[in-house]
Amino acid sequence: MTNDATQPGPVPSSDGATPAVAALRRVTKRFPGIVALNDVSLEFHAGEIHVLLGENGAGKSTLVSLLAGMQAPDEGQILIGGRPTAIDSPRRSMDLGIGTVFQRVLLVPSLTVIENLMLGGSWLRRLARGAALGRFQELSALLGTRMDPDAPVSGLSLGEQQQVEIMRALWHDEKLLLLDEPTSMLTPQGVADLGRMMQRLKDQGVALILITHKLIEAYEFGDRISVLRLGTVAGAIEPLRLKAMNEAQRTDTVIRMMFGADVRSGAAADQGHEPELEVLLRRTLRRASTVDRSQLPALSVQSAVTAADFTETSLRNVSFDLWAGEVLGIAGVDGNGQKHLAEMLAGQRPLRHGRLELGGADITRGRVPERRLRGIRYVTDDRLGEGTVGTFSVATNLVLKEIGAFPYWRHGISDWDKIHRSAREQIRRNDIRTPSELTPVGKLSGGNVQKVLLARELDAEANVAILNKPTYGLDLHNQRLALDRIVAAAARGVAVMVISTDLDELFEISDRIGVMFQGQMVGVVENDDAAADKIRRLMTGAAAA
Amino acid sequence: MSNVLRVLVPVALALIVGGLILLVLGKDPLGYYGFVVQRSLMRWGGVQETLTRMAPLLLIAAGLMVAFRAGIWNLGGDGQFLLAAVASAALAPALGEVLGRGPTLLVCMLAGTAVGALWSLIPALLKARYGVNEIITTLMMSFLGTSFANVLIKLVLRDPDTTVPQTRSLAVDDRLPRLFGTTIHWGLVLAVLAVILVHLMMTRTAFGLRLQVLGANRAAAVHAGFRVERLTIAAFAVSAGLIGLAGAVEVLGVWGTVRADWNPAFGLLVVPLVFLARFNGYAVIGFTLFFSALMVGGESAARKVGVPQHYVLVLVALLLLFLALVEYLDHSRRKPGAF
Repeated sequence: MTNDATQPGPVPSSDGATPAVAALRRVTKRFPGIVALNDVSLEFHAGEIHVLLGENGAGKSTLVSLLAGMQAPDEGQILIGGRPTAIDSPRRSMDLGIGTVFQRVLLVPSLTVIENLMLGGSWLRRLARGAALGRFQELSALLGTRMDPDAPVSGLSLGEQQQVEIMRALWHDEKLLLLDEPTSMLTPQGVADLGRMMQRLKDQGVALILITHKLIEAYEFGDRISVLRLGTVAGAIEPLRLKAMNEAQRTDTVIRMMFGADVRSGAAADQGHEPELEVLLRRTLRRASTVDRSQLPALSVQSAVTAADFTETSLRNVSFDLWAGEVLGIAGVDGNGQKHLAEMLAGQRPLRHGRLELGGADITRGRVPERRLRGIRYVTDDRLGEGTVGTFSVATNLVLKEIGAFPYWRHGISDWDKIHRSAREQIRRNDIRTPSELTPVGKLSGGNVQKVLLARELDAEANVAILNKPTYGLDLHNQRLALDRIVAAAARGVAVMVISTDLDELFEISDRIGVMFQGQMVGVVENDDAAADKIRRLMTGAAAA
Repeated sequence: MSNVLRVLVPVALALIVGGLILLVLGKDPLGYYGFVVQRSLMRWGGVQETLTRMAPLLLIAAGLMVAFRAGIWNLGGDGQFLLAAVASAALAPALGEVLGRGPTLLVCMLAGTAVGALWSLIPALLKARYGVNEIITTLMMSFLGTSFANVLIKLVLRDPDTTVPQTRSLAVDDRLPRLFGTTIHWGLVLAVLAVILVHLMMTRTAFGLRLQVLGANRAAAVHAGFRVERLTIAAFAVSAGLIGLAGAVEVLGVWGTVRADWNPAFGLLVVPLVFLARFNGYAVIGFTLFFSALMVGGESAARKVGVPQHYVLVLVALLLLFLALVEYLDHSRRKPGAF
């Protein structure tokens, strides 16, 4: 903090004109074993959206924690308004006019919107509701949002909760707004709203930092793009240059920065399909369908109804069939019953009415173990919350759903040698990057945790696989790997159901796509050229196609 | 840092700081520790007393290992222990007239186990069905249990031949047999076996692993299709059953009777030991030995040096504190910031 006084006047930015709102100068941050940020220099200007793009582990989150005052750089300086400044606490970060919206929602669910916004005032001051409401209206006008200040946060959609977070981040008229992967939880509509908000803030002269790993968002929102790779700035596109490029050029440049020059040659060759570059961009590669629907369906869901619960939309009369070798995509805005659907099929959630048949046999009453024995597999979207036990080893997590079963258990006694040996084999075969089979699974990266789950669920005995948001939160490379494994499973004859909010992904891998809306399957359409329009209509609740 | 050091460093620190406190109080720390060691470990009588004290502590520890590993805070040990003690104390003299010594002891131990398990049923059902916090319910049931034990002794099971309200005494010859001519009873062997068996059960069996999954991540247990309600109730029953067995063993091996208002309150004393040992059965045996020696020696040492008898608890508290501290420092030293 004393730096402010000891330094001479503002250091001019590289542009020469006004100093950047904030800048990093040759910042390095190390953690034991890794260099999270290595000699990074970046500038953030007023009235500009600066997109930081990078894969998981590129150093994006470390950068956020530096600016938010949660970590201090080991080397280099952070400049605020041109002056070297030590941001030694989150409070200090706020005082310096830096607002941060973290990846996860950090609101108190039981409090109302306005109460959440009033938190964080000083200890002794009275809560001034009137003044707070005034500020709330100001910010609502600024952001173009309409919210009831007295609505409890628990009742808001994720998009709305994020709007509250943004308001809180801007509460004291902050000049720099950091958004850490703000779109990962949002619906397409939510993303569009967020884009409009960012535009308004930009016009007000706020400097915005948008952190994402989605290319499309970088082009759509960014005035300046910097690409982080393995802790260094792999490249940047200045605003003028960015404007001059067309989309193909931008894409090509950014991909090169993100993955290095070896992308085309290396990975693509052994995959044997289109050049990796194309694939990474999801130039829609529709699968050729080979499903024989004259056969008995592998799975048949008839008028399924689940009991209502407080947090998730329940199922209201869902019926559909799923054939072996088929990929059925389930589209829909998050929270329209997808979770109940997946849990009901896995046996985790009882059916209230309706019937479930597996290859013609009634399995309505079967619980998870019976259904698993019959080949039903479920890859949950809550990988660390319920899919794995984070503190337990990779090996234990690989057999989590087999506990007590032959050959790893005999008469209830564990054969750890066999479990570990099999785990080593799985790790090798599925390219799970882990120091050993004894490493706690919670220490692995998100992509590798997902590999553990896919290895456990897409095994040789799988008949029906249900995957909920299988690529959510993964970087491009791991998204690709996950989708490849899913498609490969279908090719082996597994009946696959993939729930996703990413339509492009569904168009790429599905044979048919069903749409969930308010707990109902409002339509199932063939994945053909007309599918996109039909599905978008269905997602809004329009009548079945 | 090796596991041994991680335990020995806090022990040493606790003894040093405990000594400093004695110094501040104007007492002689070396004298105190000397008495403790001499009384509990240097004299044959003291050693026997220390080992005898271990029996109930070990059984309680075995019970707590099961519960804590399954993420269940069974803090109702005192009620489960006392009710089981009273049940076996009441049964033993009566049964002894009908059955022989062996069957009587066996039945009484089983009865103690059953009573202990039964006393955990309400918290178990509330937890399994409605997710009611078991810390509250087991503590409440413990208050009820200790009071109920007193009521039973004073009103129902009272021996009319004594002035102090207590159950009928079991003759010394009818109690648990002694080990090789010592004053230590066979309950110690049973207790050591129980701890080792529980340790093996938790680490080497499917049931133990399921309990561990339940304790580490309940949602994962549901996801993997465990019968979570049954597992919860089973964990409660095994835990409270072992604690009940501890009560029966203490009565059948040492006292032969339960007096009204008797409550050794071992249940909560053992809790920190189980955590110190990180749920490892072998470490539990070591810590229990250490703690028994402190208890046995501490009682007379306190009298000699002139500090309160419960000074032992100050040492245990310091031990926990330093253990947590060493753990924390060690953890933050090697923890990488990201993976």
